Amino acid sequence: MALNDFFSMGGYGAYVWSSYGICAVVLLLNVIQPIIRERRTIRELQKRFSLAKENKSDKHS
Amino acid sequence: MTPRKKRIAIVCSILAGMAIAAALILTAFEKNLLYFYSPTQIVNGEAPTTRSFRIGGLVMNDSVKRNKDTLDVSFVLTDTINQIEVVYNGILPDLFREGQGIVANGKLQENKIFKADEVLAKHDENYMPPEVAQALEEAGADIPHQQYSTAQ
Amino acid sequence: MYLPKWLHQFGAPKYFYDLSLCISRWAGIICIICFICGLYGGLVLAPADYQQGDSFRIMYIHVPSAWMSLFVYMVMAIAGGIGLIWRIKLAEIVARSSAPIGASFTFLALVTGSIWGKPMWGTWWVWDARLTSELILLFLYLGYIALQSAFEDRRVAARAGAILALVGIVNIPIIHYSVEWWSTLHQGPTITKLDKPSIHLSMLIPLLFMVFAFKTFYISTLLIRVRSEILEYECNTSWVKQLLGINNGIK
Repeated sequence: MALNDFFSMGGYGAYVWSSYGICAVVLLLNVIQPIIRERRTIRELQKRFSLAKENKSDKHS
Repeated sequence: MTPRKKRIAIVCSILAGMAIAAALILTAFEKNLLYFYSPTQIVNGEAPTTRSFRIGGLVMNDSVKRNKDTLDVSFVLTDTINQIEVVYNGILPDLFREGQGIVANGKLQENKIFKADEVLAKHDENYMPPEVAQALEEAGADIPHQQYSTAQ
Repeated sequence: MYLPKWLHQFGAPKYFYDLSLCISRWAGIICIICFICGLYGGLVLAPADYQQGDSFRIMYIHVPSAWMSLFVYMVMAIAGGIGLIWRIKLAEIVARSSAPIGASFTFLALVTGSIWGKPMWGTWWVWDARLTSELILLFLYLGYIALQSAFEDRRVAARAGAILALVGIVNIPIIHYSVEWWSTLHQGPTITKLDKPSIHLSMLIPLLFMVFAFKTFYISTLLIRVRSEILEYECNTSWVKQLLGINNGIK
């Protein structure tokens, strides 16, 4: 079967697919980690500034 | 000197210093960084005789003799100028075949036969489909092979 | 020595932030397209190699990772040098943000090379000049990353890191020319040598797609990292407050 041939890679399937698998994992981590970090940074900054704003308006009242 | 110019000078001197240091180290260690010796170097007596070292070359055509019962194998390594006979007991890599470049790790025995503990295949930088390789061969063209003269 | 004015403008965080949003999106789209083309071409369309059979397909991730590991290091060292001399914040940020990506590429080059080496060479690892110098590159990246977290003050950390990166730059030509200078187990260059590349066209085209995919991957993920850093650096400026929608009410 053609699909089987594709996955067996002429007997080198374990080597080929494990290296592609490791590559996929490392690259995905490199996408996910910075996206999570960007969101966290924005959230933290917003929180910090809204706290600062509340303090400020407290003083005014 | 403005601070910026000073910083440029510092960066340039780091780069220059590292380049000089690297050049000195590399020339000093040139011999030791040699990963393998060629058969010619061994014939000329440049290789160590007491400790183990690596030998690199092409497996000569029609030189591979296998023992049917054990994993013992013997073959002749060549750099197209000189030959060294190698004996080995173990599993050979998939790429091992006649005409293939290999690197073997082991010791030179007194009878000038190299006893290998490890045989590694060295493949070349050429990639092509089997049909193309066959067509090249039929046309009588040389399939480009890597050079085995290690002295450059 | 002065930098041209447009470069200073380019280095202005706000300008760069807006530009990077657009660039990282487009680089990401191109990256995905190239990955699909390269993977399909490399795993399905390209024929098996005449000597190595299907195992040569590891090349499609090994070669781009190895090239990028050198390229990213050059970017890191040059950006670090610019940051060191002209004290441009953005250059420091680019240098710092490149390090984890470069370390990932180096790691991939080493691991995939090792997996490729087992069936073909007959060993996972040898201490030849190419493999050893690439391993040193990984340690340089890790040293740089460790140095970044060792200092409280980001700008001091950036300067220390830049000096380490500049010192380590000497390793780059050694990695590249190691296969020509010494007799290594690793084979010589396939594509970057001056005469015709010694790879069949049907195998070369997917490789070029993969190289381009890795390059755009770097650009895209680098810019995401750079944006987070810019926000942290510039959090007290009015444009950041405006961007985060916090300016309303305060005046």
